[in-house]
Amino acid sequence: MAKVDWPEASKRTLIGKRISRTDGPLKVTGAAKYSYDISRPGLLYVKLVTSPHPKAEISGIDGTAAAAVPGVKAVWKDEELQEVQYVGQIVAAVAAETEEIATDAAHQVKVEYRVREHQVRDNDPALSKDKPSNLTVGNLDEGFAKADVTMNGNYGCPVITHCCLEPHGQVTEYRDGELYIWPSTQNVSRYSDGLRNDVDLPQNKIHVDCQHMGGGFGSKFDTDKWGKIGVTLAKMTGRPVKIMLDRDTELMIAGNRPSAYAKIKVGAKRDGTITAVDAEVWGTGGGGGYSAPPIPYVFGKIPNRRLVGKGIRTNRGGQRAWRAPNHPQGCFLTMSAFADTAALLKMDELEFFQRNIQFTDRPTVYTEELNKAAELIGYKRRAHLRGDASPGPIKRGLGVSIHTWGGQGHPSECDVTIHPDGSVEAACGTQDLGVGTRTCIAMVVAETLGIPLQAVKVKIGRNEYPQSGASGGSTTIGGISVSSRQGATAALNALLEVAAKRLGIQPDLLEARDGQIREVDNGSKRISWKDACALLGPSPITKRGVNVPGESAKANLASQGVGGAQIADVSVDIETGIVTMNELVAVQDCGLIINLKLAESQVYGALIMGITSALYEEAVYDTRTGKMLNADMEFYRLAGIKDVGKLTVHMMTGKGYDDRGVIGLGEPPVISPAAAIANAVANAVGVRVPQLPLTPERVLAALAQRGGSAA
Amino acid sequence: MKPFEYSAPKTLKEACGLLGDTWGKTEILAGGTDLVTSLKQRITQPSRVLSLKHLKELHGIRNSRGSLVIGAMTTLGELAAHSDVRRHFPALVTAATGVGSPQLLSVGTVGGDLCQRPRCWYFRNGYGLLAQKDGVSLAREGENRYHAIFAADGPALFVSASSLGPGLIALGAEMVAAGPGGATRSIPATEFFRAPQSENEREIALKPNEILTEINVPLKGLKNGIYEIRHRHGLDWPYVTAAVAFGGKEGSGGARVVLGHVAPMPWSVPAAAKLLNTARPDEATAARCGQVAVEGARPLSQNAYKIQMARTAVKRAVLAAV
Repeated sequence: MAKVDWPEASKRTLIGKRISRTDGPLKVTGAAKYSYDISRPGLLYVKLVTSPHPKAEISGIDGTAAAAVPGVKAVWKDEELQEVQYVGQIVAAVAAETEEIATDAAHQVKVEYRVREHQVRDNDPALSKDKPSNLTVGNLDEGFAKADVTMNGNYGCPVITHCCLEPHGQVTEYRDGELYIWPSTQNVSRYSDGLRNDVDLPQNKIHVDCQHMGGGFGSKFDTDKWGKIGVTLAKMTGRPVKIMLDRDTELMIAGNRPSAYAKIKVGAKRDGTITAVDAEVWGTGGGGGYSAPPIPYVFGKIPNRRLVGKGIRTNRGGQRAWRAPNHPQGCFLTMSAFADTAALLKMDELEFFQRNIQFTDRPTVYTEELNKAAELIGYKRRAHLRGDASPGPIKRGLGVSIHTWGGQGHPSECDVTIHPDGSVEAACGTQDLGVGTRTCIAMVVAETLGIPLQAVKVKIGRNEYPQSGASGGSTTIGGISVSSRQGATAALNALLEVAAKRLGIQPDLLEARDGQIREVDNGSKRISWKDACALLGPSPITKRGVNVPGESAKANLASQGVGGAQIADVSVDIETGIVTMNELVAVQDCGLIINLKLAESQVYGALIMGITSALYEEAVYDTRTGKMLNADMEFYRLAGIKDVGKLTVHMMTGKGYDDRGVIGLGEPPVISPAAAIANAVANAVGVRVPQLPLTPERVLAALAQRGGSAA
Repeated sequence: MKPFEYSAPKTLKEACGLLGDTWGKTEILAGGTDLVTSLKQRITQPSRVLSLKHLKELHGIRNSRGSLVIGAMTTLGELAAHSDVRRHFPALVTAATGVGSPQLLSVGTVGGDLCQRPRCWYFRNGYGLLAQKDGVSLAREGENRYHAIFAADGPALFVSASSLGPGLIALGAEMVAAGPGGATRSIPATEFFRAPQSENEREIALKPNEILTEINVPLKGLKNGIYEIRHRHGLDWPYVTAAVAFGGKEGSGGARVVLGHVAPMPWSVPAAAKLLNTARPDEATAARCGQVAVEGARPLSQNAYKIQMARTAVKRAVLAAV
């Protein structure tokens, strides 16, 4: 009988290989349909009416003029909304025959506001009105008493947004008493939970379909207000309706990553050993609560430490989970403070990190990863202490960072069916955010059944398929790999029973390989895959695989806890302040890798996202008007191809990694880039640029403060 | 966008007849890279949009009596690829290609570049050209990192967004405008840009009833160059640019140094130009030129860094022109 354990390296035909994504051609040719592409007969377009004020009471919404515009089919008003809390908050919506009519009519909805005083500033701890959080371990006084040097630093990273290239939204249609929704969602299986109070239909009459996505990054778990408005307007008009957020609304309200500003004190001995860390952090997640990012990050076993967190409530759009929530902030703040401590000791940064590696959970892995990253970037040959002493305005530097993440697979179910004609399908209610989930399921099933990748049809993205968890926290690959492996193994074993009878052999002596069912290690008794399946007669085999996280961890099918090391190489023009990426090296582990190419691709994407947050991204809010001034892609800058430099990715594989089972990869590689780049800039120019993004104005200001600007 | 009448006349005379005496009632459409977004965002809500695309005489570049005559509807891509422009005016080539995206180079026009509206984020968020709310200058009190460091004592704090303006001023160009009845007048490039004093004014010297038709750039054999500082290495607005022109067959006297993106108009610095008329344009002169160019800068609360950038841009522009 086939076993569910992952095959050892020598026996793998697909797993761990570089395989191109199966839906690549669909995406390149434009045949892949995203929510925006869905068109239904009689489709209406919806435009939202949003608040221009950061805080205001609403005394009335008048949709009469809008409703009278020719082509307008319905105006929805939020009758329950009494007060808006941020610019961009949804107040009403208009459904019309064309997008243009809807846009023009939305401008004719009259909302009466009584403007109230607002607060959008987030960079002063005195603005915090909440009780501070406090996590103290050990004895700070004793820790600092043991230190030979004490470093005091201030650092910060602003609110940034998810800026998914595909905005939020969906198409919604009532047809024959049932509800059909095509949302862009990270949570296909449970998407409709959010409509419980809005739809009087049983769950078996709500159909959710999301085949392709242009990113979510943690901002697309919920049905959201526009999901509910879609249902309401579809009901009001009796027509299908499409709502996709405009870019400005997308940037203001569909995903903010909390800011984090910190005052950090680090005590260290002359040999670099850290004795104490004292951190006070503040920032905003919008109107809701705030949870302080972890400091010291990764080096969590430093014996004496304190972390005080102060949330600042602001009239800004609410926070959403942003890829590795709180880790990039904690990483940037910690690694900056540590690199500054190394600089104070006139010690090499990499050596300083290694000196303290025993304070991490996995010293051996981090050592191995740091060494690999150092080797790849030529660290020994090129490293210098803080400040590039070479002549000329271009200064070059290296910066180091390490990070961690969990990545345990979520609960997932997958039905694998072997048809009598030999074709195979796998059905799973998961979603592909753009990372290649569909391809990975096909690979696991094909590998398990010993058939070519193309022979497996994968059905995902619908809520009628077996339930699978939301794609968040790097949980998908662990979940779907185990459930599809379980399902395929069970289906194969049922087929082996049938084949064994025909071959006159015990089923546990059979294996599926190279399109055959054959005797293990021998092959003298064999039957082709097609002939074996024909033995099934009229009835296909369908078996359900289930990932139960605790159990799959015990069985070494999937586990959690990864590390990663990154080193950045930058050039800084000290006469203009412009930072140029030369190279970013990422060394990353994530247990058993299903598809090496997709894993590397995942890391490349994370590095670009990380570079963007390091150099460009910042939601700029105007204190007086409470508006986000750069809710566009002109001044909310994203890195382009010329900005990213060389990206070098090395995935840790083999012994000590493969045998840990499958672990998620979505979050970890995005955590370190900003920290490594900020350290590289400090290493290059000889002075810390304390605030992200590392804009030319901030670089020049830091140089000017030191009096070290070239000119 | 608000509905409007669309006109695409075949003659300049007809086109001029469709303009009025007030800004904003009619907007002129060239490449549309600025106007179309402004219409969508309701920054402007004209009752008529006047397209220049059928006015053949506004297209193309020709050599005429010691000048290169650039039609206002010439695209930035055509400008940058033109052999005479490449030979005589590297500053204009750098400025045009610096715009960055193939799409903008293909449809954006020379006239459009000169007449485009500022990118000031208060203006683009609907607070008007002078960015005022309840009588307070939002830019002066607020987020002014991209705003002016020169001529910032008036109500206008935005910076001119034109890529070609500084170079054309440095080269001593003249703009030609057609008014009522198709009558033309010439405006020196130095006088083409201006700081508006009220919301009823605009940032260029054209009258509401005039159309920019062509730009004459004299062929004086000036060495010229431009240096642009952008945050991103690809498509982005510059922080600061500097255009220089000096030397030439007539000898000294014609040098100009013009900064971009530092004032509501391209900012000429005669004191810096004077150095180029007298000293050899070597590294030391270039650095001094940069130093002199920023004297008198009066930064706002967040943009003192632009002084350092301007200093560098002038220095590097001089060295690029040599």
